[in-house]
Amino acid sequence: MSTFEAKNQASAPAGTHATVNLSISGQELLFPPLPYDIHARADAATANKQLQDFVHVATYRKDVTRKQVTSETFGPKHGAFRDLGAAIKQHTLDHLDHYLEMFVERATAAGAKVHFAQTADQANDICLDVARRCGAKLCVKSKSMVTEETHLLPQLQAMGVETVETDLGEFILQLDHDAPSHIVTPMIHKDRRAVARAFERELGAVYTEDPQQLTGIARAYLREKYRRADLGISGGNFLVAETGSLVICTNEGNGRFCTSAPKVHVAFVGIEKLVPSYEHLGVMLKLLARTSTGQPLTVYTHVITGPRRPQEHDGPGQLHIILVDNGRTEILKKETREMLRCIRCGACLNACPVYRKIGGHAYGAVYSGPIGALITPLFRGLANYPDLPNASSLCGACFEACPVKIDIPRFLVQLRSEMVSRKITKLSDRLFYRLWAWSLGRSWTYRIGGWMQKMFFRAKARQRGTLAKGDPYRSRGWLDHLPGPAAGWTSQRDMPTPPARSFRQWWNQERSSS
Amino acid sequence: MKVTLFVTCLTDTFYPRTGMAVVKVLDRLGCQVDFPQEQTCCGQPMFNNGFTEEARALARRMVQVFEDSEYVVTPSGSCAAMIRDYYVDLLKDDHAYAAGAKALAGKTYEFYEFLLKVMKVDLRQLGARWPGKVTYHYSCHLRGIGVTDEAVRLMKQIEGLDYVPLPKAEQCCGFGGTFAIKYPQISGSLVRDKVACIKETAAPYVVSNDAGCTMNISGSCHRDGVKVKFISLAEIIAEALGLLETA
Repeated sequence: MSTFEAKNQASAPAGTHATVNLSISGQELLFPPLPYDIHARADAATANKQLQDFVHVATYRKDVTRKQVTSETFGPKHGAFRDLGAAIKQHTLDHLDHYLEMFVERATAAGAKVHFAQTADQANDICLDVARRCGAKLCVKSKSMVTEETHLLPQLQAMGVETVETDLGEFILQLDHDAPSHIVTPMIHKDRRAVARAFERELGAVYTEDPQQLTGIARAYLREKYRRADLGISGGNFLVAETGSLVICTNEGNGRFCTSAPKVHVAFVGIEKLVPSYEHLGVMLKLLARTSTGQPLTVYTHVITGPRRPQEHDGPGQLHIILVDNGRTEILKKETREMLRCIRCGACLNACPVYRKIGGHAYGAVYSGPIGALITPLFRGLANYPDLPNASSLCGACFEACPVKIDIPRFLVQLRSEMVSRKITKLSDRLFYRLWAWSLGRSWTYRIGGWMQKMFFRAKARQRGTLAKGDPYRSRGWLDHLPGPAAGWTSQRDMPTPPARSFRQWWNQERSSS
Repeated sequence: MKVTLFVTCLTDTFYPRTGMAVVKVLDRLGCQVDFPQEQTCCGQPMFNNGFTEEARALARRMVQVFEDSEYVVTPSGSCAAMIRDYYVDLLKDDHAYAAGAKALAGKTYEFYEFLLKVMKVDLRQLGARWPGKVTYHYSCHLRGIGVTDEAVRLMKQIEGLDYVPLPKAEQCCGFGGTFAIKYPQISGSLVRDKVACIKETAAPYVVSNDAGCTMNISGSCHRDGVKVKFISLAEIIAEALGLLETA
């Protein structure tokens, strides 16, 4: 039993409200030892009533809202809007060099300093260097998945820069030494009781479960930090090439504080976040807000073009935009390019039955859910995450939800294919499927195989006394135990046996002569 | 009209009565039904598990087997999706088969979709009557081929049939082929959700048209002692038209 599982079971029996991940560091949650096996965490999650209550209910509700709002807004044009969103992103990716050059030129002309980071370490180093030069002591940070990806915070802290997450969800996770489990709703796996406990323990606040009061506590704490901070860090939802602008969408206004109060602003943005112009940005913002939270527009849509200008009184004097590659150009090179259209709306997580069951931490990586199952193996090695492409029923809910039409199931299958060709797939599986395929390759082997399966199943059912007599095309038996790997099936449910006769037998008897 | 049946491997072995019902209903509609004996499996298990070469060989085989067919009709949305969504791409670089794959994808239909789109069937005019309360499991692969409410529309054409929508219908039942075996806890947790939703409807019958889903959901009901009957819509239609004896 893994440490996680042990702690998880110990800390979260049904009916209590213990925090799931209190005793495992956030770092370990998103950066587990590799190669990563999903089973322990996934199994613990499905057995965790609290997680099911929070994650399953919340994601299902979000998915319903998304469908409702998108259909109300776009009506029959929803498909066309998705096509447009996909086309805008795909076009930008197909000409990324052109738009990157344009962005750098325009952003620089507006006074920003644009940096390129090939790796996570380089991105962090650039940021640490900026922090050092401006003598930063206190940093306020708005939500950024890229900084999770580069693992920035521990390094800033190690350098002696106190860094405070200001997105309410991320703030609570930071206090709780936990890690985000959803791209958009980072603390989807927690409830307000967990927040109350964290505020009481870490901030010395009076225990309260009232959302208004809890928000008030966070607000008072964070306001003080904004006032004193000398460095602000943000992510970026979009970059507009035409104007060299950085676009940040938040609902709490924390992004605006982080990027305007401190004297220096550093933004971490993946190179795939570009759109050509404002016209295109409009389409993407419409899609993002509606598919991610079901809002017509996020509450704060912040467009930043350059730092404070000489005649202006407010705003940071320096704006650093770090364009992060960290594996993206590798994805761009191949037919996997389409994955980079992702605008991190989280709709695929909410729609995914597997995510609903296991939550984000089970993916063992920064990006979870269907899109995480695709990009994590590409960012961090397929052999390191052999379960992620496989732990999917390929139901297609993610593809249907995706505002930029990334065909996630198709790419998951493509990764499985790569696992087979690179022999990451187990030898026993490779032999089994090839034997199975061989038996399906000619009708006589297929018929013998089907007959043997039927005989085996029915003999077992007869032994168990579950074989029903009656209609030879309908009456069957049931098995509660199957041998070998098939035991996975019967560990959860019974296996029906075939009836006495097959369709083919009926056809040959009744029809072939007519 | 000549219609070729692709019965699929699971229906052939596990749900023969569904195949029989499809044949009888197509007969009744005046179709000439044939069943090429060479057919086996569409190759989806290989394809989904990454055995692309093996899947390609089976796809070629399917193209050959159904080469002369006018329409290929299958009671499984999942297998129809395999053919329609993936064959063209699988065989695009195979000069001998690329055109055949496209043709097969273009003439393959899920049975219920075929009844409405091609046969423009109206079961009311045929006097379909089937008394009973049913709920309906929407299988995920119908998404891929753009089939949405076809089965529900057909059910509403049957006199006496009381259709109760299934809550959370769009959530996968957790079958997913070998996913059910490799990730049993996740799969089991999903199927129990599905069974809970079925229980909520209090319908004694579950209409389930994909053999894989049926094996999974009925297996979970059997394990947990939930007494509902599983039936395919083809069987209901055949019974409603007096073509199959009501069981």
